[in-house]
Amino acid sequence: MLNVLKIAFRNLVRYGRRTLLTSSLITLGVVAVLLFVGVSGSFKALMIGQFTDGMLGNLEVHRKGYVASIDNSPLNLNMQPALVKKVEQVLDKVPEIDIYSERLKFGAMFSNFTETTSIRVNGVDPAREAATVPLMPTRLIAGSKAPPLLKPGEILIPSLLAQGLKVKVGDTVVLVATNLQGSMNGKTFVVRGVLEGASGPSGRDGYIDINDARSLLRITQPEVNEIAIRLKNPAQLARVDAQLKRAFAGTVNQQGKPMLEVHTWAELSPFSSVVNMIDLLTIFIKIMLVSIVLISVLNVMIMAVYERIREIGTISAIGTPPGRIMAIFLSEGLLLGVGGALLGTAVSVAVIWALNAHKIVFNFARTQGLVLAPSVGVADVATIAGLVVVMALLASLQPAWKASRMDPVRALGHV
Amino acid sequence: MSLVRAEKLVKTYRSGEVEVQAVRGVDFAIEARSFVAFVGPSGSGKTTLLNMIGCLDHPTSGKLTVVDTDVASLDRRAAANFRGRHMGFIFQDFNLIPVLSAYENIEYPLIMVQNWPEQKRRAQITRLLEAVGMAAQAGKRPDQLSGGQKQRVAVARALATNAKLVLADEPTANLDHDSAYQVLGLMKKMRDELGTTFLFSTHDPKIMAEAEVLFTLEDGRMRAPAVAPAPVAAHA
Repeated sequence: MLNVLKIAFRNLVRYGRRTLLTSSLITLGVVAVLLFVGVSGSFKALMIGQFTDGMLGNLEVHRKGYVASIDNSPLNLNMQPALVKKVEQVLDKVPEIDIYSERLKFGAMFSNFTETTSIRVNGVDPAREAATVPLMPTRLIAGSKAPPLLKPGEILIPSLLAQGLKVKVGDTVVLVATNLQGSMNGKTFVVRGVLEGASGPSGRDGYIDINDARSLLRITQPEVNEIAIRLKNPAQLARVDAQLKRAFAGTVNQQGKPMLEVHTWAELSPFSSVVNMIDLLTIFIKIMLVSIVLISVLNVMIMAVYERIREIGTISAIGTPPGRIMAIFLSEGLLLGVGGALLGTAVSVAVIWALNAHKIVFNFARTQGLVLAPSVGVADVATIAGLVVVMALLASLQPAWKASRMDPVRALGHV
Repeated sequence: MSLVRAEKLVKTYRSGEVEVQAVRGVDFAIEARSFVAFVGPSGSGKTTLLNMIGCLDHPTSGKLTVVDTDVASLDRRAAANFRGRHMGFIFQDFNLIPVLSAYENIEYPLIMVQNWPEQKRRAQITRLLEAVGMAAQAGKRPDQLSGGQKQRVAVARALATNAKLVLADEPTANLDHDSAYQVLGLMKKMRDELGTTFLFSTHDPKIMAEAEVLFTLEDGRMRAPAVAPAPVAAHA
């Protein structure tokens, strides 16, 4: 086999310019794909991190039907203490879960004593919330980022409300909410911080201590309506999601219907469609790479067979088995693919290193100062390189087969 | 037992609607260690006959036995295997592999056709390179060699696998006078040393005089029984 490879390599060197052109094309294709995967992957991870670590958590558990009417923050779909206990028991047994934060969300009126608007309030345990969504303090554009996230009697308000109602840190505001029984209650809070804007319904989210929330809603029991979960490793999302769905499937009401629902961050965030688009673009770029490799290698191998017909006749005449003739041409395609993939990977790694060294800063929506940190994993490199090599081999298959089937008499007579 | 025996050998080609009879029922026998020339003008069937003996082409009818094997029955793979085991080829245009050195060209059939161990390979190639007077040019590629040198390498390659039979189609056609006689002399020397049978085709009267047995072909027919050629003194 080594001798076949040696002959194949020398044949590639013999047609140096053509080999260089084809390998450059493959190299460029590999660089384009790996850079796209690296940069888009970094952007994706960064944005997903912003959503999961700054707001949503990796997964959320609600009463069945809650997410369908999440914009109304319905209190009639709260999880009662017994149900909360059941959920906690399940979550505590899943080793992949790092921590979870129980929330009591509701709609309220927000007033600065002269103007009033609506707000969606999240009652949270400040310590657990800060651990579940650790990037939350980084979303503060005014106020202290030092722990604790909140103290009783304090509120974090979204920038939308701060700007609209001209409220600043230290101001006293009033929240007025209607509870499940229809009675209204009001409570004053001191603004501890202003949160940066976010797209979607979260743009109107404010945060108070969960005990303040229960007091405002006159709830005496430890009810919650949302449990946000942080995983130790986000890559295990699908597995844990499936595991929780299985675990909660048995929790049914008196009618035998499921009482709980589990959603991943992607099902709750509008950004998931952007992620899907990036994934789709990656597939298209990969298809382009496959086409480049197929066409360029096929072209070069067809030419190689055509130009060496007499040579094929000679090696066939002296008794080279058809399989070995095929192996020589397949090896040429293989070497083109391997060379292009190796060179492309080396160039990509160098460019990615340079991009990281230069620290490209960009803004996305209202999030500013994000640092792009492109990277490609071994799995990505292996997949792309494997794809290129397989495509190069496939493209060589027909010309190699043709060479192996060539009639030696005709081949020797070829001019 | 003859090394090559043909009985009523026919080869017909079809070119569109036209049938061309390249070989028309020839009979001959060639003994081992012979130095044989097939002679005749262009289109007389020499190359077709050599192709059939070399298992590169199948007879249309008749019987052809080479090294005790009915070669007409061999399929593509078996024919390649048979050629690799029993035959060597020398071509008019030398047909050396351009990316390989003289040494590697001789080594090629020992690796790609047969599977000789390296030590045995090296000994055989060194012996052959010395025998054909090309030891000093072992590392040169074909484009660095003259026509005569290339054909010497081709002779060595044909003999590398200890072939019983070497077929040479117009081996001197692209060589100057001196080189042509040197190559023929080399072929004869190798026949004497190794006992290999050489079959070559030519239409050059001076070259055919070097053969020990002549088969003359004309329009696909053997014109006369095999004869020993008349001596020609012109090449001294």
